[in-house]
Amino acid sequence: MVATLAHQKQGRLRAALEHASGDKRFKILEVHMKKHMFRQDALIEVLHKAQELFGYLEDDLLLFVAFKLKLPPSRVYGVATFYHFFTLKPQGTHTCVVCMGTACYVKGADKILAAVEEDIKIKPGETTPDNGVSLLTARCIGACGIAPAVVYDGKVTPRQTPPAALEQIRNWRAK
Amino acid sequence: MIYNDLLQIKAKELAGRKKIVLRCCMAAGCMSSGAQDVKDQLDKAVAEAGLQDQVEVRRVGCMKLCCEGPLVQADPKNSLYIKVNAQNAPSIVAVIKGGHSDVAQTDPDAAFFKKQLFIVLANSGVIDPERIEDYIAVDGYKALHEVLSEMAPKDVVAAMVQSGLRGRGGAGFPTGIKWGTVAKSPGTKKYVICNADEGDPGAFMDRSVLESDPHSVLEGMAIAAYAIGADQGFIYVRAEYPLAISRLQVAIKQAKQMGLLGAGILESPFHFNVDLRIGAGAFVCGEETALMASVEGKRGTPRPRPPFPAESGLWGFPTLINNVETFANVPPIYRNGAQWFAGIGTEKSKGTKVFALAGKIKNTGLIEVPMGTPMRVIVEEMGGGAPNGGQIKAVQTGGPSGGCIPAQHLDTPVDYESLGKLGSIMGSGGMIVMDDQTNMVEIARFFMDFCMDESCGKCIPCRAGTAQMYNMLDKIIARKATAADLAKLEELCDMVKSTSLCGLGQTAPNPTLSTLRFFRGEYEALLRADSSSAPSKGNNKPQNAQAGA
Repeated sequence: MVATLAHQKQGRLRAALEHASGDKRFKILEVHMKKHMFRQDALIEVLHKAQELFGYLEDDLLLFVAFKLKLPPSRVYGVATFYHFFTLKPQGTHTCVVCMGTACYVKGADKILAAVEEDIKIKPGETTPDNGVSLLTARCIGACGIAPAVVYDGKVTPRQTPPAALEQIRNWRAK
Repeated sequence: MIYNDLLQIKAKELAGRKKIVLRCCMAAGCMSSGAQDVKDQLDKAVAEAGLQDQVEVRRVGCMKLCCEGPLVQADPKNSLYIKVNAQNAPSIVAVIKGGHSDVAQTDPDAAFFKKQLFIVLANSGVIDPERIEDYIAVDGYKALHEVLSEMAPKDVVAAMVQSGLRGRGGAGFPTGIKWGTVAKSPGTKKYVICNADEGDPGAFMDRSVLESDPHSVLEGMAIAAYAIGADQGFIYVRAEYPLAISRLQVAIKQAKQMGLLGAGILESPFHFNVDLRIGAGAFVCGEETALMASVEGKRGTPRPRPPFPAESGLWGFPTLINNVETFANVPPIYRNGAQWFAGIGTEKSKGTKVFALAGKIKNTGLIEVPMGTPMRVIVEEMGGGAPNGGQIKAVQTGGPSGGCIPAQHLDTPVDYESLGKLGSIMGSGGMIVMDDQTNMVEIARFFMDFCMDESCGKCIPCRAGTAQMYNMLDKIIARKATAADLAKLEELCDMVKSTSLCGLGQTAPNPTLSTLRFFRGEYEALLRADSSSAPSKGNNKPQNAQAGA
């Protein structure tokens, strides 16, 4: 990881920048940083954009951001790992986010989660071996009026039950 | 832009209104149930019926009764249609021509609506949140004009003190005093921050305010900035609220175009800019010093106070931090006068409070009631009690920092002091109802799991304490704990409460302590008989032959 790369940072950084030069998404990211005038306090905004472009934050990407914002890699890595929203691992083709806010929990979100875990044999935060489905939990998506809510591929779905969640996942896997 | 231009916009807007309005709730709750489809189909049905000149289909914010969404409110009879789907659109439009509709309706005069008093949510479900003209038509930005043209900053602060408004983020610090402190702090630059990091699970009031009436928050921030002498503001909003973010972006852009934000607002010498900062999923960032660290692009860890943000905040400059609902209260206070606001509520808690009613209750959604309304009125009359004939067991307020109020205390009025006395807090306004099916020990473990996961790890009592308390609760639920473990848990609760650095750790034991206080029996029923040592609470043990011997 970035922190352990410190002693060979020089070589690593060159490799990361070389990697960046061949990928258009890095260009888009750099334009975004320029919009923020390469301000160091825009780090979280930049990481949001980076994750939007790449899907997750890989090491080279973090090194690239650190270099461009003139921040130590440790600081960028520290911020990227502090916030739950950022992920350092690639996500599956589909994501299933079970809201575990209090209202959803009281209405049985734990049972939905357990059923999904049982069905696809992974824990929250993991992705199935075939890279098909990532299972995540959310702390509260503010959809308490329609609890329990599950977010399938970014779409908030109201009043879910374990069978409904399993059906959705089977539909994904059937494709 | 001068005030006359505002009046002209208002006049033009009102003159151009169509006779009949169909209001489509397009806040996040109804959107996820297909509100966009409903609106598109209504538009189509209106066009097909040839009623475009008379009927407007308007996108509006939250209509409060979230459990029955998507909602459509229709003139002329003020009908409120519930659970509308796209196929219902033609029949809703047919009613305007004197037809009949089979779409389910609810009574807009039911207790759920009638007992509410709207200050913060007055425009919610009425105006289009993405059109600044709609906001101006309901006297939006009038308060800002009056403040800028007629009041000195110190009078603005004095009026806020007089109104008695207290922070709606949870702690209830008097807003006027906070403004006064920041105004008096010396500094070449000052900041205003709006805390929209509504991390408290089970609360969605701030999301609804931002989605339904974003301009009222911007106007409130501008008035606050004028009072304290700031020229830059930030809104720190959660990444989990994409709709709120996009509506805020639209609102900021529109206000800038109209000269209501930016340089020389309403042709006065006052400058004020607002930028959005998107959170990244950390509950602790709701704590003000952690929030400021996050705005600066750092890890969101709190720091000891003092110095308070009012003296040394963002980048070391004096900073005012208020919650979304607090700012949304500001424009009505200056529009209607501080006296008017001070006349609502109780002696120490003025105004209204918005609550997010959720959990095991019939009517879930948003309610705004005057401070001091008994909880029984909210839960039983407005909320309609537990569904499927269940019994209400407790009401949880304040999220992971609050506590459970048992059914026998339901007559407690909701204000800052009364809830505090019961070991809970007002919090930001989440109200989760639990029925007799809910296991209180599991609820305590649920919240402890939350705090353990969200602890930033900076101070030891919180980092290690929450993990230990979680393990003990887990042990109790697994029926492996003894009375000695329970005593140890209580001791640890007290220690974490007194020694943690920030609010997260200081309040993390609250759900456990309050369930222990009111539902101790549920804990004790799970204890295992202790064979090795003689426990002091021996006769509390269930079904134990040695008990009392």
